[in-house]
Amino acid sequence: MIDFSVILAGFGGQGILSAGKMAAEAALYEGKEVSWFPSYGPEMRGGTCNCSVVISDEAIGSPVINDADVAICLNQPSMEKFENSIKPGGVLIIDSSLVHIKPKRTDIRFIPMNASDIASELGNMAFATISMLGCLSEATKCFSRDSFEASLREVLPERRHHLIPGNLEAFDKGASFAK
Amino acid sequence: MAIVFERTTGLTDKPFHYCPGCTHGIIHRIIAETMVEMGILDSTVGVASVGCTYNSYEYFSCDMVQAAHGRAPAVATGIKRSLKDKLVFTYQGDGDLASIGTAEIIHAAARGEKICTFFVNNAVYGMTSGQMAPTTLLGQVTTTSPFGRDASYQGYPINVSELIAQLTGAVYVERVSLTDYKNVMKAKAAVKKAFEVQMSGKGFAFVEFLSTCPTNWGKEPCESLEWLKEKMIPQYPLGCFKGADLDLEVKS
Amino acid sequence: MAQKRVLMKGNEVIAEAALRAGCRNYFGYPITPQTEVMHYMAKKMVQIGGNFVQAESEVSAINMVYGAAAAGARVLTSSSSPGISLKQEGISYIAGAELPAVVVNIVRAGPGLGGIQPAQGDYFQATKGGGHGDYRNFVIAPASVQELYELTVEAFNIADRYRMLVMILGDGTLGQMMEPVAYRENENIETYEKPWACTGRQGRSEHNIVTSIYIEPDVLEAKNRELQDKYALIESKEVRYEAIGLEDAEIVITAFSTCSRISRNVIRQAAELGIKVGMIRPITLWPFPSKIINETAAKSSVKAFLDVELNAGQMVEDVRLAVNGKKPVYFHGRMGGNLPTQKEILDKIIKIHEGGAV
Repeated sequence: MIDFSVILAGFGGQGILSAGKMAAEAALYEGKEVSWFPSYGPEMRGGTCNCSVVISDEAIGSPVINDADVAICLNQPSMEKFENSIKPGGVLIIDSSLVHIKPKRTDIRFIPMNASDIASELGNMAFATISMLGCLSEATKCFSRDSFEASLREVLPERRHHLIPGNLEAFDKGASFAK
Repeated sequence: MAIVFERTTGLTDKPFHYCPGCTHGIIHRIIAETMVEMGILDSTVGVASVGCTYNSYEYFSCDMVQAAHGRAPAVATGIKRSLKDKLVFTYQGDGDLASIGTAEIIHAAARGEKICTFFVNNAVYGMTSGQMAPTTLLGQVTTTSPFGRDASYQGYPINVSELIAQLTGAVYVERVSLTDYKNVMKAKAAVKKAFEVQMSGKGFAFVEFLSTCPTNWGKEPCESLEWLKEKMIPQYPLGCFKGADLDLEVKS
Repeated sequence: MAQKRVLMKGNEVIAEAALRAGCRNYFGYPITPQTEVMHYMAKKMVQIGGNFVQAESEVSAINMVYGAAAAGARVLTSSSSPGISLKQEGISYIAGAELPAVVVNIVRAGPGLGGIQPAQGDYFQATKGGGHGDYRNFVIAPASVQELYELTVEAFNIADRYRMLVMILGDGTLGQMMEPVAYRENENIETYEKPWACTGRQGRSEHNIVTSIYIEPDVLEAKNRELQDKYALIESKEVRYEAIGLEDAEIVITAFSTCSRISRNVIRQAAELGIKVGMIRPITLWPFPSKIINETAAKSSVKAFLDVELNAGQMVEDVRLAVNGKKPVYFHGRMGGNLPTQKEILDKIIKIHEGGAV
């Protein structure tokens, strides 16, 4: 895997940046090279935001992505913006609870999943992005469920470890969409 | 034979370059004597500024750092923060402190930096040949207010001590003059108190000296002292604006 | 031994590296996109008993740096382009007084307020002396978060070794991105006596003076010559660069920091098309790696150079001086906070390779 690239995009406050960081942490746990680069600017809660994660077996060239292997979109503006940034044969994952349009592209794999509904059923809206990471992992194998779990244990402070089972449940539910 | 007078070791042997009748020399001397008398010459770092006193670093025999124009209080902040057990003072003129360095002095005072600032106000830029200073009096003729300072055109003089005294971080603020022996002794007591305030760790200490500039005022030395008394003191009244009754028990 | 790799933001790594290098003094003023350096310091300095002062301006912050450095302390400030412009007065004084200090510039697009996205438009002000007078800053351009760590620690050593200002020139990409960083268990901290520092005489027979003023022309000229001798020594000893694929390269890219990262991908893509592209990545922007560029230009296998920057063409002037007319030097730059795409650079490589107009 060389410079495998994922763009995560949505509204500020949806946990986009932390989800990207968790993906990077999981891949780092596997000994891969990783980079995480956020959009930054005069943005605030409710505005759009995105981050780029690159995972590679070799030293990473650009941390900034022009052509992504995967785009994960949690709102409609993001999908409109990033649909055309996906490589042919790449993957587009959307939160179909929030995005109700279909892509124009036919040369990519399209995975709609009702991430926000899943999160709401699990009682924690932060799990929406987690379920999408499960889908990403299953669809591309860019990191494994085991690494995700192990990195969570490392990164989360002890007092938050009770959230791990919920995270994994969301992760698994998301993964089922890619099977 | 008893020694009745000697040079202070707080000053180097370098002859002053100040014009005849200028009171910078007296101010240097009382600061230097105070450092020696308090036994702090070896533990004090002074900060020279830009103006007539740019090379006061050659006169004071403590360690001296030369600062950019107006920046002495920031430089002193950097020194004091990294040498907490040492004493730090700045020596600044009115152009340096009240014009280009306004932000630095206000914020050093507001932060309550544990430093002393000795501010020399002679109502004119000396070094660059007599331009209008922020402290130039209304009606005063300078090379850049050749028809006299006109409030409607050039605004009003700044009373720095009164301004600094408004800030909570400044705990001792006094204005002194050097017009006669009595006032010189008062000025020296103010210098000592400023260092004591710093040693107590209470906050920022500020002493303003009304000073003469015979050369740029176009007056004889004695005439200059009279002008200072008649014209400057009404605008800049002498006295302690803050901290007159400070309890200065030195922190151990 | 290297410790476990942790994922950290570039800006935070700079701050952590400074602390590891023994820096206990930070003076700064908020500006995007370097703020995390300041936030990290605001917390850590208090926890470890160091000094953190949020100054009233950049001007004041750099003068606090001047003061702490004059007192012999290791000291850091960080800012971004417009803030660095304000610091230039103090930077010139630091050069004149020969004080060791480290200044971080996480560059954003200009001129004026410009924007807050990544740029390299400060190459000139960093390497050519942004302030007044004849002086140099030691300028380091890291290209990854790991390098930000290692070179920030090294910056403090260099500053003390040569009594001069070291500027770490990054950009918004490098400051904002997270990458793994492996900290060493024991830092390589070089310690230098500072008998010149103003710490209070403490029994010294002579007082120390830190100053940059020399009124007598002959005295000042002698001081100028001393500085120039020091700079010449540094140019002979401290040049750092990374060379990739120069053995058989037909086209050589010159790029630093973020542009070198993008160019790495282009080199791979060009190889797939059968075009041999190499790269010289200056790690020190001053002293500049002129010699290797000049030697490379002399090789018969090398047809041309392509300089890639996030500006209108600044480092390219130094590249052209080094190449000295031996080979054509082409330029590709983006401005305003935009980054060149790999495709843009690759297209240019293809055109150069075909001998077409660029």
